[in-house]
Amino acid sequence: MAYSDKVIDHYEHPRNVGSLDKDSPEVGTGVVGAPECGDVMKLQIQVENGVIVDAKFKTFGCGSAIASSSLATEWLKGRSLDEATEIKNSDIAQELALPPVKIHCSVLAEDAIKQAIEDYRRKQQQRQEAEQE
Amino acid sequence: MSDKRLVYMDNQATTRVDPRVVEAMLPWFSEKYGNAASRNHAFGWEAEKAVEAARRTLAEGIGAGPRELIFTSGSTEANNLAILGAARMYRERGRHLVTCATEHKAVLDPMLALQARGWEVTVLGVDADGMIDLDELRAALRDDTVLVSIMHGNNEVGTIHPVAEIGAICHERGVLYHCDATQTVGKEDLDVERDGIDLLSFSAHKIYGPKGVGALYVRRRRPRVRLEPIVYGGGHERGFRSGTLNVPGIVGFARALELCLEDRAGEQARIAALRDRLQERLLGELDYVHLNGHPERRLACNLNLSFEFVEGESLLMGLDGVAVSSGSACTSASLEPSHVLRAMGRGDDLAHSSIRFSLGRFNTEEEVDYVAERTIAAVRRLREMSPLYEMALEGIDLNKVEWNRH
Ligand SMILES: Cc1ncc(COP(=O)(O)O)c(C=O)c1O
Repeated sequence: MAYSDKVIDHYEHPRNVGSLDKDSPEVGTGVVGAPECGDVMKLQIQVENGVIVDAKFKTFGCGSAIASSSLATEWLKGRSLDEATEIKNSDIAQELALPPVKIHCSVLAEDAIKQAIEDYRRKQQQRQEAEQE
Repeated sequence: MSDKRLVYMDNQATTRVDPRVVEAMLPWFSEKYGNAASRNHAFGWEAEKAVEAARRTLAEGIGAGPRELIFTSGSTEANNLAILGAARMYRERGRHLVTCATEHKAVLDPMLALQARGWEVTVLGVDADGMIDLDELRAALRDDTVLVSIMHGNNEVGTIHPVAEIGAICHERGVLYHCDATQTVGKEDLDVERDGIDLLSFSAHKIYGPKGVGALYVRRRRPRVRLEPIVYGGGHERGFRSGTLNVPGIVGFARALELCLEDRAGEQARIAALRDRLQERLLGELDYVHLNGHPERRLACNLNLSFEFVEGESLLMGLDGVAVSSGSACTSASLEPSHVLRAMGRGDDLAHSSIRFSLGRFNTEEEVDYVAERTIAAVRRLREMSPLYEMALEGIDLNKVEWNRH
């Protein structure tokens, strides 16, 4: 299969590979997929004052999965949490010119974003509850 | 991407046509272009003569007689003719067939087609090395079993089945034995007489010959095997397979086998040495690498490895310029991981991480070293990017993780 130039670029020069401290209250982590399905994406965001100041990913998966998560981290940085939830898989698929059989890679990336935000919000809520007690 | 050098290490998919084969084929296109079935002029006679000479060479190469070879378009057609042809011819004798889970789709799919039309098919499992259990084979044979189809060398993992023992077991029970020997003719020691094979498929493009030509060996004595044709027409190939013969292809096929057999053992030893060098480099410098296939009883050319925590298609992308193949679902049209690795009980995670390197006549030691270096670098880079590798280094048991399946 031929890859789009953008997929190749993200594959060869992935943006924001790495990990943030998953135990930090400022960090939200999303892990989606399963090894036996051939894709696992870990996406993390670091939030300050409601704005995503850093984003990192690690992905086990095909080139399109790596590119989708790499692009997602690029788009997340600088966005508010509400703006981040607006990132849709179709935008990722379009930007990377993913063929139909690779659309699920962009779906995984969207899910990873949502999970990371959810994880961050849950931590914040737990902290607030702990402070109120 | 284009500045990277090209290395071909996918010789189990197909091979480069040997220049000596091309040379043998060339006159048969625009100089000697007769139809081998034209009985009334010199163009036809010379074509027929060339086809019959090729038939003798090819038959001799597998220990058969020339009247026992049917030319086809390749092994896919030969397998279909053997399985569909024998099942239909002997439908009154019985409707039970036996095969194994690691066969090529060109065997499994005709079996499934027969199953849908009322035949019963027993699919034998294999062990972790990809080997069938001969006792299971014995136990599977019944009074109404008409055909067993078990391959010689496996195209994905290279495991070599004991064909002589399988042949003996089948003959004891009066069952026909078909062997898909596409990966072994011209490479492994094979003799249809000695090994008790009744039907055998092979193909030119796996032995440095042209694509689109193959043959089916059909035993004529003890027992005389009959087949119902699957292609009807002018009655070529004694009615077994109609269609104008591919004269240049057949001439090339014979030349290709001749070249393989000139120094079969020497060539296979050279290829095995290259394969072993690649295997030692990769296993020596990377951890979490698993060998797929039988550790000893394996084709000389084959090296199938699972690089844990790295997905196969992404690794192929990292090896651009190096032609190899993967058992990952992402690289198959069906989006299913390799049915061969699955049958061997390899988890789907390891199937997704598998790469098949297959070496051949034209590979060099220097290419092996280059591919080893590229592979090591790509695996290391992708592992740095892999959440699974990170988890494994943290001591997390990946089998115990609750994954968010899609
Ligand atoms: C074991 C085996 N059987 C059958 C085939 C099909 O052969 P052909 O390409 O000649 O149809 C192949 C090659 O793809 C093979 O490796």
